[in-house]
Amino acid sequence: MVDSSKLVYLTPDEAKLVGAVFDVLIPADELGIGATEAGCVTFLDHQLAGPYGSAAKDYKLGPVVEGLPQQGPQSIATPAEIYRKGLAELNNVSQKKFGHPFLNLTEEQKVAFLEGMEDGTIDFETVKTKDFFTLLLQNVREGYLADPMYGGNRDMVGWKLIGFPGAVYDYRDWIVSKRGQKIDVQPVSLLRTG
Amino acid sequence: MHYKRPKADVVIVGLGWSGSTMAEELTRAGLNVVAIERGAWRETSTSFPTTRNPDELSGSIRKEILQAPVTETYTVRNKPGETALPLRKYHNLTLGNNVGGAGTHWAGASWRWQPFDHQPYTRIMERYGAKQLVDGLILQDWGVTYDDLEPFYDRFEKIAGTSGTAGVINGVKQPGGNPFEGSRTSPYPTPALERTRANILFAEATTRLGYTPFPVPSAMIGAPYTNALGINLAPCTYCGYCQLYGCGNWSKSSPNICILPVLMQRPNFTVVTESEVVRINTTPDKKTATSVTFVDSDGNIGEQPADIVIVATFTLDNTRLLLLSGIGTPYDAVSGEGVVGRAFTFQTLSWAFMFFENEYLNPFMNTGALATQIDDFNGDNFDHTGLGFIGGAGIQSLCNQGLPIGMSGLVPEGSPKWGKGWKQAFQKAYQNYAQIQGQGTSFAHREQFMDLDPTYKDKFGQPLLRITYDYNENDRRSGRFIRDKCAEIAKEMGAREVTGVSLADQPYSGYTPWDSSHVQGGVVMGENPKTSVQNRYQQNWDIPNLFVIGASSFPNNAGYNPTAAVGATTLWTAKAITDLYLKNPGPLVRL
Ligand SMILES: Cc1cc2nc3c(=O)[nH]c(=O)nc-3n(C[C@H](O)[C@H](O)[C@H](O)COP(=O)(O)OP(=O)(O)OC[C@H]3O[C@@H](n4cnc5c(N)ncnc54)[C@H](O)[C@@H]3O)c2cc1C
Ligand code: SF4
Repeated sequence: MVDSSKLVYLTPDEAKLVGAVFDVLIPADELGIGATEAGCVTFLDHQLAGPYGSAAKDYKLGPVVEGLPQQGPQSIATPAEIYRKGLAELNNVSQKKFGHPFLNLTEEQKVAFLEGMEDGTIDFETVKTKDFFTLLLQNVREGYLADPMYGGNRDMVGWKLIGFPGAVYDYRDWIVSKRGQKIDVQPVSLLRTG
Repeated sequence: MHYKRPKADVVIVGLGWSGSTMAEELTRAGLNVVAIERGAWRETSTSFPTTRNPDELSGSIRKEILQAPVTETYTVRNKPGETALPLRKYHNLTLGNNVGGAGTHWAGASWRWQPFDHQPYTRIMERYGAKQLVDGLILQDWGVTYDDLEPFYDRFEKIAGTSGTAGVINGVKQPGGNPFEGSRTSPYPTPALERTRANILFAEATTRLGYTPFPVPSAMIGAPYTNALGINLAPCTYCGYCQLYGCGNWSKSSPNICILPVLMQRPNFTVVTESEVVRINTTPDKKTATSVTFVDSDGNIGEQPADIVIVATFTLDNTRLLLLSGIGTPYDAVSGEGVVGRAFTFQTLSWAFMFFENEYLNPFMNTGALATQIDDFNGDNFDHTGLGFIGGAGIQSLCNQGLPIGMSGLVPEGSPKWGKGWKQAFQKAYQNYAQIQGQGTSFAHREQFMDLDPTYKDKFGQPLLRITYDYNENDRRSGRFIRDKCAEIAKEMGAREVTGVSLADQPYSGYTPWDSSHVQGGVVMGENPKTSVQNRYQQNWDIPNLFVIGASSFPNNAGYNPTAAVGATTLWTAKAITDLYLKNPGPLVRL
């Protein structure tokens, strides 16, 4: 279980900014708490500090050249580097475009900004906005839906949203007796706590 | 430091399904066998405990147990003349990198291939003639037939504990099974798995359409079973953490649960782990293999001499090791000559993705190969006259995924991908999403091959393997045909929304979602040394004490997953070694 009381990679400002973005991607509503409250920033922070953040398993030898789309990503920038540069730019561009840092934008402006990143109409200089957006969306979903031991998915909010029972060992009975029927149970995590 | 290990009777490179199966046969025959495996040791109970293993993030998302690109990767291009570039991040070729190989984390659909798949050339010529072949297609028989292999398929199933419902036993059709399968001498060792709601909707719809659905034979053990080696296997619990995970429940057949517990007890078996073979050494005349050279985890260079060398490192590395060792003539796409790297095939996948209304499909209760299939459009089970292609696909309702991160992008087209709208859409879609997969054949083509990359190197400075591959016209035509069949069935199942997709309509990419890891060829077996690297016993034509086993031997892909065919051909070769070769070392086929 990760310790949510201190940051291990992100700076406090970066953490706040990521949280603001994440809460637009997965907001709090009647279906459940939002991304930050669910621990998605803590989740991300720990992921970036580990082998995922440094892309430890990627092939990074050169030459690095861009190919056809079907040849896939050729950049050797790591998620930790992309976040560091991308977050700084996010604020700069927000400042230029709206006269405010991202945190101070209205809800509508934040949505418009992220839409612009998603479709590539907003440009950053150091990272591709589309790729950065994809990373943000992937990571917030991971944080909201991974086992709570990684710091996110608090109270298994993501699992409750869709009715996923978690790490259940044996479904031999239900696969027949509950076929085609709703299963209403409290999910279980690897921590075995509610 | 350089060191030399004591000489063995046999060295086996790679300890996945093919290497383990071979090691078990040869040690039982009394030979002294050393296996050299690049990856680490994996023990079922301690590496995959059921209290820690069911974790989507480390499993199918971060892919922690798979071969990482930093360990080894491949460069890819679609056409000769293009520049191939490396697959830098985890990609579709989700290969194994531990004792057990990809067999540790495979999905476990356990197919015998059909008689047609082993002799496609003869059968296509008999039924349609050469006019049925699109330009450049390479079609050849294996030199070994289904009837030759049947006893070995049977043995492999009894090692694996395969679950299923037999379709044809001793020529007699059986109710509930696949009427198109090659005749079997015995039923499956364990009964078919329970069906899901999606499986049942599929079975009902395909029956109404006049087809014959049956349960896909699988590595998920259907009942408590003691396998052919005396190991006790446990029934699958449908836990849903299967493909891309090890199974800690002794329920998914793998080398780790079905073979290694017995093999490790044998005094005449040794495994050297975390050691990567970089070269097969031969005598200067290249008529005899003498040893293999490997780099161990301390960076020291070791040599393992042996009387027999068996390479079992999977399709891609089998080919690469021969090329790195200068064994055989590399294939040249311009002249069409040369054999190593030739006849590379992949798979032609088509899909119908669908959303139902107000269903509880409970996708989290699944296994890697929980599927109901029809074979009415597979192989040559239907008349292709006028269709312009050969082959087809097994079409199946596949229930192999229900984990939330992996499903989080699966919302109907036009739904929001984030925000409040996404939460609503995902909540609804999770229970209403289902898929039909058309797992297609593929046949080799003269512009599909493997060779060594001229630019990119691995961590030892050796060239990466370069894959030149795009779907050929045969794949495109069969893919569309199958896509339309999938969509037709999906509509008959009552889905509200159906999207049909043929992956062969896009250029091949190592990153296409939904694609498979099923690559074949490169070191194919056959009847003629001009078009094959090895004879019908998977024995090198020029170097009789060298055998390369696995799907690299197959000059075509079936509309099935490959592993039971890998198991059967491995056992067939093992028997040829113990019964024929040991008595009279030398070529087992004389021209
Ligand atoms: C995600 C996934 C799902 C799959 N699902 C199915 C399925 O449902 N049905 C099916 O039939 N098949 C399936 N397959 C394919 C199946 O896993 C393979 O056909 C099978 O495992 C091949 O066995 P093998 O022994 O030939 O190779 P592998 O299992 O790949 O074993 C090769 C071993 O060699 C080692 N090695 C490689 N190079 C070297 C070297 N230079 N030196 C030393 N060691 C080396 C590797 O580390 C590995 O352990 C799937 C594969 C994947 C990846
Ligand atoms: S679904 Fe069955 S075979 Fe697969 S991991 Fe779970 S118990 Fe093992």
